[in-house]
Amino acid sequence: MIGASSHRKEGRAKVMGTAIYTDDKFVPDALHGVTVRSQVPRGILKGIHFGGGIPWAEFTIVTAADIPGKNLVASVMHDQPFLVGIGEEITHMEQPVVLLAHSNRHLAERARLAVALEVEELPAILDIQASLDLEQVIYGTHNLLKEIRIQKGDPSKVWDRAAHVIEGEYFTGAQEQMYLETNAMVAVVEEKDAQTWVTVWGSLQCPYYVHGALKQLFGLPEDRVRVVAMEMGGAFGGKEDYPSVNGGHAALLAWKSGKPVKLIYDREEDLACTTKRHPSRSRLKTAFDAEGHLLALETDFVIDGGAYATMSPVVLSRGAIHAAGLYRCPHVKVHARAVATNTPPPGAFRGFGAPQSLFAMERHMDICARKLGLDPVELRRKNFLRLGDTMATGQVIREDLDLGGLMDRALAEIGYHDKRAAFAITNQGEGPIKRGVGFSVFMHGCGFTGSGESYLASVAGVEGLADGTVSILAASTEMGQGKNTVFSQIVAEALKLPYELVDVAEVDTDRVPNSGPTVASRSTMMVGRILEDAAIGFKQSLVQQGFLQEPYTPESFQVAVAKAVATLGSVKCYGQYHRPPNIVWNDSTYQGDAYPTFSWACYAAEVAVDLDTYEVKVEDFVTVQEVGRVVNPRLAAGQVEGGVAQGIGWGLWEEVTTKQGRMINNQMTNYIIPTSADLPRIQVVFLENAHPAGPGGAKGIGELPMDGPAPALLNALEGALGPLRLDEVPMTPERLLQRCEEVSHG
Amino acid sequence: MADRINLVMKLNGEERSVNVHPFARLLDVLREDLRLTGTKEGCGEGECGACTIFLNGQVVNSCLVPAVQAQGAEVITVEGLARGGELSPIQAAFVAHNGAQCGFCTPGMLVAATDLLNRCPNPTEDEIRDGLAGNLCRCTGYSKILDAVQTAAADGASR
Ligand code: FES
Ligand code: FES
Repeated sequence: MIGASSHRKEGRAKVMGTAIYTDDKFVPDALHGVTVRSQVPRGILKGIHFGGGIPWAEFTIVTAADIPGKNLVASVMHDQPFLVGIGEEITHMEQPVVLLAHSNRHLAERARLAVALEVEELPAILDIQASLDLEQVIYGTHNLLKEIRIQKGDPSKVWDRAAHVIEGEYFTGAQEQMYLETNAMVAVVEEKDAQTWVTVWGSLQCPYYVHGALKQLFGLPEDRVRVVAMEMGGAFGGKEDYPSVNGGHAALLAWKSGKPVKLIYDREEDLACTTKRHPSRSRLKTAFDAEGHLLALETDFVIDGGAYATMSPVVLSRGAIHAAGLYRCPHVKVHARAVATNTPPPGAFRGFGAPQSLFAMERHMDICARKLGLDPVELRRKNFLRLGDTMATGQVIREDLDLGGLMDRALAEIGYHDKRAAFAITNQGEGPIKRGVGFSVFMHGCGFTGSGESYLASVAGVEGLADGTVSILAASTEMGQGKNTVFSQIVAEALKLPYELVDVAEVDTDRVPNSGPTVASRSTMMVGRILEDAAIGFKQSLVQQGFLQEPYTPESFQVAVAKAVATLGSVKCYGQYHRPPNIVWNDSTYQGDAYPTFSWACYAAEVAVDLDTYEVKVEDFVTVQEVGRVVNPRLAAGQVEGGVAQGIGWGLWEEVTTKQGRMINNQMTNYIIPTSADLPRIQVVFLENAHPAGPGGAKGIGELPMDGPAPALLNALEGALGPLRLDEVPMTPERLLQRCEEVSHG
Repeated sequence: MADRINLVMKLNGEERSVNVHPFARLLDVLREDLRLTGTKEGCGEGECGACTIFLNGQVVNSCLVPAVQAQGAEVITVEGLARGGELSPIQAAFVAHNGAQCGFCTPGMLVAATDLLNRCPNPTEDEIRDGLAGNLCRCTGYSKILDAVQTAAADGASR
């Protein structure tokens, strides 16, 4: 089963149009919710005025004053209000202030525009530098949402004696997840037996995050809140933390109105107000000896965290740990900061900080190679991590890594050396098209950072059903990545059953245990491993209780399960995460095993630049990755292809334009994601190397493909155009033109 | 002006009649009034193609079509592609090739691909890329969708 390209469990429903996404849920008598938001980046809310021409008496209106429990969204930090109240501070342009609901969607929208907010404006800070300069203090004492220092050795002792010291500064822009289905929630609040019962159905990655947020919002015990994950039209991290906000809003409207409420964002609202990838700035300083061995590395990594902490502390943590790349280096210092600004808070997005810091490192390595007069291939080969090496956090490499071999495979697949030689000649020609090849080599830590998995202590289980089939109980959600399929394969393999006899249970917090959030490329490796244990426990209890004899056939297993269910009523078995004994992490010093293991990869890109239009075409893209054992090759390839497409978009086209911190190109017309006509076939090679931590040897895969494309593309652009200030993504045609003009104007 | 107007159309082979708001979008009539929620809204402005349907044999973005234009028309949505529970060749190929990941672009993509193969039974890869360029997918990077369309085309050709 593991290793087979089984068909997606929910594939048939998806192609028939019968899969039910949140807004597809038929809810009789539902009200439609809308959100009134601030129109200034910073200020004190003085009043709320309901304008004329609207039958306000027909409306359900919720303000901060109505909130029954705590007006703070439960997240990493509890700093963000669900709604800003009178006398309180507005901290960004999209801050929710009033919620409205009405049975007529069009009228609700008209009413939203008729609400005027009276605000005493305060000066805002809108970018990283203004925040660091403390132009205004808007968060704590120093505008810091989180600060991390990682140190190994002491780079300051190296600069003077090194043959070469090379510095660089790199920037990455915000990026929108652009899941095709916008954020959507349906809520029902019932009063039964003098108790309040809250139920939310939604497009959400992490049912127990929303569950926790609703408990705090209403001040209710666990069993009074129920969260159900509907079919999800993509997420990519964009439905990790935000659903705690809009889930709470929908529930507040349902509670106040006593009616079911649908809160469905249109695309413009979704783009303007929901989370994005954090913009970043990296300053790198590296020392090399005369042969090109890396002696010291210092990086100052800053991300723009927006008005509230959301996931910024953890995004920063992953970015900081990946900042030194996959190179051996005796002296490393990482200083990482997430700073507050008066912008709608960014949050989780595939890669989670690593794409930003790895972009800087992998771009910097090419620039260093040029300055050292070395081939970028050879500079990397001299410096790759190997078995027994120590990373910046002190984590020792326990795998027999062959990163040189992995890199060579990618370069061979794309024909790197031949193409470089050929383009060096053809680029001399008169024509406007210049070609280049480039690559990046990188890793992605699997699972939660540091002690995250230990704190989560995730639980997942399997249950026998009356028809003798097996159902998987986990709160992990399907967002298109293939969780339903991969989990079923893992359990089928553990029980030696055909795939068809296993399926997943609906993700409903009343039914499934907390297997942790569906993030961090952790589901296959971490939850899959727990399910493997649970499945084996399930089988053993069937044997011990005399329902099943080994060896068994699928038929006899099915009979045994059916009999056990008929006799006992319910048969379930749970497993729980156990920290592997050799994994140690210290949260205060940032020393230890940041991740149980890493996935490793080399991505290579070929680009053609048209110097008449400065448009960049990606002509070929090769990905070679080592992700442990691949559970479902076709689904895994789909993850890589989709991730690379997003990475190419981030590298070349996807620009979030802001005014006063708010996205102003918040339409699909002017925020450009790749179409089928914009991309090449993405070549996918898996080098398999089973890892003991994952089920059947699997590692994480979902986020890795986001890390490599941007630096590979900009390295390829340098190959095509020669040395330019290619220090920023997205490298749009406008930006590329400007960089070329810098050179021609000296 | 009338509060509601009566709209009659042939929807997935069946005569349907429904009273709708005179300015309703065809997308909303399909999803809300006729409860065919297979057709999706991704943008509401003609950019993403998630709402693609056949209107009198032509593919249209139903988010941009006033429902009144469907008066007396033949409409086919994703729900009308399978016959009696049997998947159409392109639907079957999407299942086999993992052409649907999150599945939200899929209904529109399937209608667009069906139209493409009607017009051009043996498309080259570039013709498929151009033919589907009005349908955005954020999950797949399009490779598995191309595989599915190519397989459906080859199966069609061999029949
Ligand atoms: S919803 Fe119609 S094109 Fe996007
Ligand atoms: S499968 Fe998710 S948008 Fe295409």
